[in-house]
Amino acid sequence: MKKIQILGIGCSKCKTLMANAEAAVKSLGIAATVEKVETIQDIMKFGVMTTPALVVDGQVKSAGKVLSAEEIGRLLGN
Amino acid sequence: MNLNSLDWRKYLLGVGAGLVIWWLIYRSLAPVAVWFTYSLLGLKSGSHLAAAVEFLVFESPKVLMLLTLVVFVVGIIRSFFTPDRTRRFLAGKRESGGAVLAALLGIVTPFCSCSAVPLFIGFVTAGVPLGVTFSFLVSSPMVNEVALVLLFGLFGWKVAAIYLGAGLTTAIVTGWVIGRLRLEKYVEDWVYETKAGDTVSEAEPDGPARIHLGLDAVQDIVGRVWIYVLIGIGVGAGIHGYVPENFMASIMGKGVWWSVPVAVLLGVPMYSNAAGIIPVVQALLGKGAALGTVLAFMMAVIALSLPEAIILRKVLKPRLLAVFFGVVSLGIMAVGFLFNAIM
Repeated sequence: MKKIQILGIGCSKCKTLMANAEAAVKSLGIAATVEKVETIQDIMKFGVMTTPALVVDGQVKSAGKVLSAEEIGRLLGN
Repeated sequence: MNLNSLDWRKYLLGVGAGLVIWWLIYRSLAPVAVWFTYSLLGLKSGSHLAAAVEFLVFESPKVLMLLTLVVFVVGIIRSFFTPDRTRRFLAGKRESGGAVLAALLGIVTPFCSCSAVPLFIGFVTAGVPLGVTFSFLVSSPMVNEVALVLLFGLFGWKVAAIYLGAGLTTAIVTGWVIGRLRLEKYVEDWVYETKAGDTVSEAEPDGPARIHLGLDAVQDIVGRVWIYVLIGIGVGAGIHGYVPENFMASIMGKGVWWSVPVAVLLGVPMYSNAAGIIPVVQALLGKGAALGTVLAFMMAVIALSLPEAIILRKVLKPRLLAVFFGVVSLGIMAVGFLFNAIM
């Protein structure tokens, strides 16, 4: 079970990234939870400087970019 | 991405060919507009309608093409400047020189406005001086490549250069003043307790990947702002042909000294992106408003806003927030007065 977190304070790019992450999980057919992290204090615990950021199992995979569903799929694949 | 030299050549050829085609089309825009207006539509030379149509047919593709080229080039330049690298570069710099560097880096370092707070914390906790951080935060939204292209396309290089210089100066002065006032204790305490985390170490993009980043930027930015550009040019075309000049001169003209502070006070709480505000600038200038007053209004709208104040309040105590908004507002007013005086 993978845990995917989307860091961002609610701008439109964060919502797009969230949707892309959900689409990626669906198309891979893997067991994973996708959740938002929206308070600044919590976001800063990950040490990112730009949002939206994508975190998989506690590890920051990308920051400041809206990855496509395919790119997220590739990140989740390994 | 694994690319051999053959692929490399293919990309360079593609970009080169694209530039040549761009230039050929760009050069033929003016004669085509003349041909369209006077030969195809048969409009009478010197009429209001002919002037408006020619303006519209010439300016729309011209500005959109300039925008595409500049966004593409800026997109490639930005692939060299990540927020992480900028932070490392600015950490430990002295206030004075650091503010100048930060203002310049603010132009080319990509970040979306919703990242202002994480960026602020990331900079401050990594040892970037407070004033230098503010220079960066001011210049990044205020000196905007889309606004620069639009001003260049619609009003000429002088107005564009003034905008660039004024934006940089305001950013540098703001950072310098805040640095001098020693306001570090007015940053919320929890900020300094946050650890300066190492951000993702991403692989450096290679040449073709940078070209892709440039194309992505074109798709993203031009895709979002083209409608504002066309509205702006449409408004401009209407003014060009019809609206009497000096319509706004009595309330926003050079002779009215209080118009600058009023324009700034009106602009500060408002929020719009650079592209959205240009049609308004176009309309005001065309009707006789003074350049300094209009630039001040535009900079106030882009650089400061109520939503931004609410977000920044989470990391700044009220006094520092007030100093930040106060100094930037005063700086913008000074720019407005200066240009009303010299232009």
